[in-house]
Amino acid sequence: MTDLPLHADVVIVGAGPAGLAAATELRARGIASVVVLDREPQAGGIPRHCNHFPYGLREFRQLLRGPAYAAHLVETAKAAGVQIHTEVTVTRLLEGPALQLTTPGGIREISARHVLLCTGVRETSRAARLIGGVKPGGVVSTGALQGMVYLDGLRPFRCPVVLGTELVSFSALMTCRHMGIRPVAMIEPAGRTTARWPTGLFPRIQGIPLMLNTELLAIEGRDQVTGIMVRSADGKTRRIETDGVIVSGHFRPEASLLRTSHLRVDQGSGGAEIDQFGRCSDPGYFAAGNLLRPVETAGWSWKEGRAVGRAMARSLAGQLPPPEPAAVVKPSGDALKLIVPQRIVPSDTDPALPRFQLRVNRAVKGRLLVSAKGAVLFSTAINALPERRITLPLTIIPAGASGPIDINVKEDPA
Amino acid sequence: MPPDRINDRTLFDAVIIGGGVIGCAIARRLTLDGWRVILLEKAHDILDGASKGNSAILHTGFDAPPGSLEARCMAAGYAEYLEIHKKLGLPLIRSGALVLAWSDEEEARLPALMDQARENAVDNLSLLSAAETRKLEPGLSTAVRASFRVPGEYLIDPWSAPHAYLLQAIANKAVLLRDCEVTGGHYDNGQWRLDTSQGVIGGKIVINATGLYADIVDDRLLGKHDFTIHPRKGQFIVYDKPAASLASHILLPVPSPTTKGIVVCRTAFGNLLVGPTAEEQDDRQNAALVPETLAALRQRGEEILPGLAHEDVTAIYAGLRPASEFKDYQIHARAGQNYVTVGGIRSTGLSSALGVARHVQALCEGFDQDRQPLADPLWPQVGNLVDDRDDKRPRDWQCPGNDGIICHCELVTRREIEAVLSDPLAPQSLAGLKRRTRVTMGRCQGFYCSSALAKLTKGRLKHPMAEGDSEDKAGVDRVGND
Ligand SMILES: Cc1cc2nc3c(=O)[nH]c(=O)nc-3n(C[C@H](O)[C@H](O)[C@H](O)COP(=O)(O)OP(=O)(O)OC[C@H]3O[C@@H](n4cnc5c(N)ncnc54)[C@H](O)[C@@H]3O)c2cc1C
Ligand SMILES: Cc1cc2nc3c(=O)[nH]c(=O)nc-3n(C[C@H](O)[C@H](O)[C@H](O)COP(=O)(O)OP(=O)(O)OC[C@H]3O[C@@H](n4cnc5c(N)ncnc54)[C@H](O)[C@@H]3O)c2cc1C
Repeated sequence: MTDLPLHADVVIVGAGPAGLAAATELRARGIASVVVLDREPQAGGIPRHCNHFPYGLREFRQLLRGPAYAAHLVETAKAAGVQIHTEVTVTRLLEGPALQLTTPGGIREISARHVLLCTGVRETSRAARLIGGVKPGGVVSTGALQGMVYLDGLRPFRCPVVLGTELVSFSALMTCRHMGIRPVAMIEPAGRTTARWPTGLFPRIQGIPLMLNTELLAIEGRDQVTGIMVRSADGKTRRIETDGVIVSGHFRPEASLLRTSHLRVDQGSGGAEIDQFGRCSDPGYFAAGNLLRPVETAGWSWKEGRAVGRAMARSLAGQLPPPEPAAVVKPSGDALKLIVPQRIVPSDTDPALPRFQLRVNRAVKGRLLVSAKGAVLFSTAINALPERRITLPLTIIPAGASGPIDINVKEDPA
Repeated sequence: MPPDRINDRTLFDAVIIGGGVIGCAIARRLTLDGWRVILLEKAHDILDGASKGNSAILHTGFDAPPGSLEARCMAAGYAEYLEIHKKLGLPLIRSGALVLAWSDEEEARLPALMDQARENAVDNLSLLSAAETRKLEPGLSTAVRASFRVPGEYLIDPWSAPHAYLLQAIANKAVLLRDCEVTGGHYDNGQWRLDTSQGVIGGKIVINATGLYADIVDDRLLGKHDFTIHPRKGQFIVYDKPAASLASHILLPVPSPTTKGIVVCRTAFGNLLVGPTAEEQDDRQNAALVPETLAALRQRGEEILPGLAHEDVTAIYAGLRPASEFKDYQIHARAGQNYVTVGGIRSTGLSSALGVARHVQALCEGFDQDRQPLADPLWPQVGNLVDDRDDKRPRDWQCPGNDGIICHCELVTRREIEAVLSDPLAPQSLAGLKRRTRVTMGRCQGFYCSSALAKLTKGRLKHPMAEGDSEDKAGVDRVGND
């Protein structure tokens, strides 16, 4: 890593779609030194190991598989003069801003005028879901499975169970099919698939039983999984013979760096707390991509990265409004999971995030109320499912508002 | 002697059965005292039984029954750990402990517990009011009534300690055989001939340190047992590293007669753990995690440290204590048969192991006197897995030439993994590799590194992480190297 500079105008952590899009944009806006750091041996982020369509329509007007899309992003950034350094792990965020790094050559620091965090999302582990039983081999996330299959041609099991029915759970099925792995069941604790119809048909088409209202109680096995115990809606428990469990979805931002830093973390999203420019609580830091919220597509993250890159270029030119005062938006009640951005500063400058993004914790039907000091500022009907995209214009907050803004749902009686 | 040169005429001075922390410490002690030692472990790797999962506290023994064998072994084990840990490269986190009272009844018991501690020669105790307690630990719930502080309770690495003991034994010519289960044997004419899954092993003295199987192995070798193992499960929740800032001391409850109760403490690796439960079971092998119990542990943790409500869970695990019907350790020498049973080391074995080893060595001297302690033994250092050590020893990721990070959450380097995979204790299972290096033990639990690790360990583990018969299936459109 001898050519890694000690200082750059902008340092970006994470060479996924968001980080690479922002870097390319910053160069296009005339920022001289833009450095992207990634801890993996290859740049490109999650799409590197999603060997399926559809990627790249929004960005390149081409239908690509993940790896080709990742390669395209990397080439585009390099052609724009972005410096990409892989096998560099950022270990700490410092005021300044500056970053502590570790590389195969040891530790060092890099400082910057601005830092952009784009560390993406990961799936929630079996442990964090408190799934019972013992701990044999063959319990993996979709991300790990994709890495084994698509990067290394390895197969961790032959007939696993897929836990979850999010989009990524169906990616897991495709990954299995690619490798000749035959899942024996797809199980989902809720009464419907999380991903949108008609994907619910997909496992049936493949001949894989979809078991709704089914809870995974315990994993059995020693060296390798030998079976699982599940409980179905009628309260009956039964055993399913299987040699693996794909614990899919339940995304959460990879916010480890944030959580040990001086930056504010948003409890709801689990990611960085930002304003409409993607600016963090320390205005030297910005954040974009799936680190902001679980979870969006690559295309969305790319677009967001590009927009935050543009805002950073403005900030470097002294053209962003001061971060204070701000209206601080916070969900209350248990229906809403998150809202991004969390802070709106009064400004005429184009925002990087033109709309609020919301998510619900469960199926929710009723009215969404935005209020300040007890007075309702805005209200609209809401009928939403978990893990689905919900957006609202930033203008639901009156221009010039500051202080706390409450957002909640008044649910229709069941 | 390399294991493949052992045959049924080889006669060891001592055969130790069981590679738990106790067997490892005994192997070290006897080797340093000049014996030719072999240690037999039935699993792919050592530390596969009770020593797999514990709270990792180096206990002073303040609450042990005064005068018991357990109290004596703990005092000796504790003292020796403090003496040797630097030479073996082992960590020591001088956290101290607070014994917390949450009710009037518990508060009333504190003075008696402090007296018991002093009887066990554990001093420098201080009784603290609720306000003083919360001044030391501002994250504690306001419900705390009072506490007393035991400054000598420390945190250690539950795995690197036994690994270091056995590595030192092996460096000084002890032999380790894994995948070697002792199934029977007989004593004849001053010699033991043990039947194992790897053939007959001969020795002058046999030490049964099989933890959860100690009574079964006594049956197999002596045809009888003096105690029965009643496994007692303990489940734990480990929180992500940011949670470690919520408590600096080990937070202990007022103990009950059967358990030390639910502890909250940091770990040597910078996490925070809550546990263990105490649940009797018959199964000696499987320590099953139970979601409802884990949820209750979470809740208890939040009652003690309300800030935990916002922290992420990194890991869950369970261990089995090799408890017996007796409260004290069951260490019995059978003079006529040159045999020692070392059993019932239920909930303090990590702390007492070096002391137990000295006690066993003294018993063995009764069988056979002419030993010359090694004049100049080797002291190999184990790798360092602990950040921010008081001795400032760096982690490998902080050093040049580490070949890059494999496990991002725990910052485990390729060089560290390669070093471990090629040393005399090279793990043969993923579980063993985890205990030696901490790979996949962090917050993502293998999301990021499993594929790199599966590739790196290909052909090197008894049970591979994945099969690799179809390299051509790897993505065709791979991203080029940067
Ligand atoms: C298993 C899985 C499957 C998915 N499948 C799809 C799909 O099929 N289609 C789709 O549109 N979206 C999918 N997604 C969503 C995915 O998050 C987005 O497609 C997109 O990758 C988000 O881009 P990003 O730039 O925010 O983050 P990422 O692509 O996740 O990139 C983050 C980068 O940051 C790096 N990084 C993290 N921490 C550090 C550090 N401390 N130091 C240095 N580098 C660091 C990582 O190595 C990584 O390269 C999937 C996500 C997952 C987890
Ligand atoms: C929940 C929990 C929390 C604890 N917390 C602490 C703590 O904080 N501090 C502390 O000091 N102690 C603690 N302990 C106690 C400590 O972990 C135990 O006392 C210690 O691990 C016992 O070790 P052992 O060597 O006797 O048994 P084991 O670790 O069970 O070792 C026995 C070995 O023998 C092998 N074996 C069995 N049968 C055969 C055979 N026939 N042939 C060959 N090999 C065989 C097994 O595979 C095993 O590896 C805790 C224990 C638990 C369970």
